[in-house]
Amino acid sequence: MDHFPGTWGRPRNDVYGAYNPQYLQTTGPKTHTSSPAVTGTSVIGVKFNGGVVLATDNLASYGSLARFTDVKRLRVFGDKAVVGFGGDVSDMQYIDRLLESIDIRENYSSNGNMLNAKNLHTYLAKVFYKRRSEFNPLWNHVLVAGFDGEGKPFLSSADLLGTTFSAPHLATGFGAHLAVPILRRLFPEETPIEEISREQAVSALKDCLKVLFYRDARSLDKYSIAVITQDGIDLKEDEQIEGQSWAFAERIKGYGAQTN
Amino acid sequence: MTSIGTGYDLSNSVFSPDGRNFQVEYAVKAVENGGTAVGIRCKDGVVLAVEKIITSKLLKPGANKRIATVDRHVGIVSAGLVPDGRHFVSRARDEASSWRGTYKAPIPTSALANRLGGYVQAYTLYSSVRPFGVTSIVGGWDSEAELAVDGQVGTGPKSGAGGKVEGTPAGGPALYMIEPSGLYWGYYGAATGKGRQAAKAELEKLDLTSGNLSLLDGVKEAARIIYVAHQDSKDKEFELEMSWISSLDGPTKGRHEEVPKELREEAEKFAKQELEGEDEDEEEKGQGEQMEE
Repeated sequence: MDHFPGTWGRPRNDVYGAYNPQYLQTTGPKTHTSSPAVTGTSVIGVKFNGGVVLATDNLASYGSLARFTDVKRLRVFGDKAVVGFGGDVSDMQYIDRLLESIDIRENYSSNGNMLNAKNLHTYLAKVFYKRRSEFNPLWNHVLVAGFDGEGKPFLSSADLLGTTFSAPHLATGFGAHLAVPILRRLFPEETPIEEISREQAVSALKDCLKVLFYRDARSLDKYSIAVITQDGIDLKEDEQIEGQSWAFAERIKGYGAQTN
Repeated sequence: MTSIGTGYDLSNSVFSPDGRNFQVEYAVKAVENGGTAVGIRCKDGVVLAVEKIITSKLLKPGANKRIATVDRHVGIVSAGLVPDGRHFVSRARDEASSWRGTYKAPIPTSALANRLGGYVQAYTLYSSVRPFGVTSIVGGWDSEAELAVDGQVGTGPKSGAGGKVEGTPAGGPALYMIEPSGLYWGYYGAATGKGRQAAKAELEKLDLTSGNLSLLDGVKEAARIIYVAHQDSKDKEFELEMSWISSLDGPTKGRHEEVPKELREEAEKFAKQELEGEDEDEEEKGQGEQMEE
């Protein structure tokens, strides 16, 4: 035993050689997220007369592994806004806690939480942009649904770069390729949202989820759906895709049962 | 106070030879001039109430709130120096937020009271600061249901989180009062400020220890007690501010909120009736005595 507590309990230098202190180094190049780890796939949303519908499936993938099958990717903010998250799940959890702390702070005023979906979207886009500018992005693509300051339905997206985009119907990830064409066919550009009913919007999203489950290998047949109206949020988190038909797969090589 | 003027009351953190910290005692004096504040711990929630003396006709009625929310489930009301109370609340909010940062869950009211007690006590230790000129009542409801961890995305195991003992009650109402010395106790009913003596006497009559008082009755009683405590400073007009925290299946769903206007007005009506009743009793008594003579 010597007089240097730093060496106590360590393998003896005279027996094992000097300890390589590099392993203890806390300095060095700063590292950032350069790819997401556990991810959620598409988020889809449609505006209708008097509100917005938002849907995601309940899967969190680890690469190509379907790792978590009960993940709720629609997060409620206040009483009239919902954020649907695609991309990294741990970054989603970080943002969810961030939004929770904002909601608590907003409620300290006697008016309660006055932030609407539009405010929330602006804020999130700025958070994303700040983080990408620090080369440490939050690896998400989100849809924010709710109402704007005039009480009109609001739907907008923000991604990990801080890019924002608005449309009467939106989809992120694979959905941008597979769901948007379906939604554009059902609700052409010239259709005012006042002519789209809640039922039409919900059934359109269900159709999109089904197509996504057929063709997106990182998707699941269990999903969450949120209908946001002025009356509040109707959130269902344990839904099942119904009426599947895999007949189309019969004649596609490399899809389903056929192997040669 | 025979030791006053002997020099031991000039600096904070200095004991007098008979073991007192005069700066803390003077802080208590500041509290004793403040508007009465009460808290009642009911079986299904907590009520906080404060008497706001109207110092100017130019103040907007209903504005300038004196009861503050901390996190979602805790309310704080103070008697004494209002800015000291504001700073105290600000600290409480920081503590609650830092607790969430560490544990990803709301702070238990007992833990918040403990941290605030420690904070206030630290202001009795240094000559560079003065003690808090407030006594604060901290009321909260700790969730009786198992809460999801903040940011939780899945449902987790069917059995829920581990480490539970079957049959032990979890959560419930909590009420603490923190004094300028940093001393804090848990209470069934707490009162501070100018009318605290009358208020305490009324609280003691309620039999709060048996845990039978419902939250709605608690609201009525709290209003009545503030009115009773105001009797000694009748010449000044006041405004009643009340807040409550109910159980998860109650009206506020475990959140700290202002008592709705209709309910508060109903409680105030009840309080005024009760007071008038008392006055009539006294008058009758007075007349009876006269007749005997």
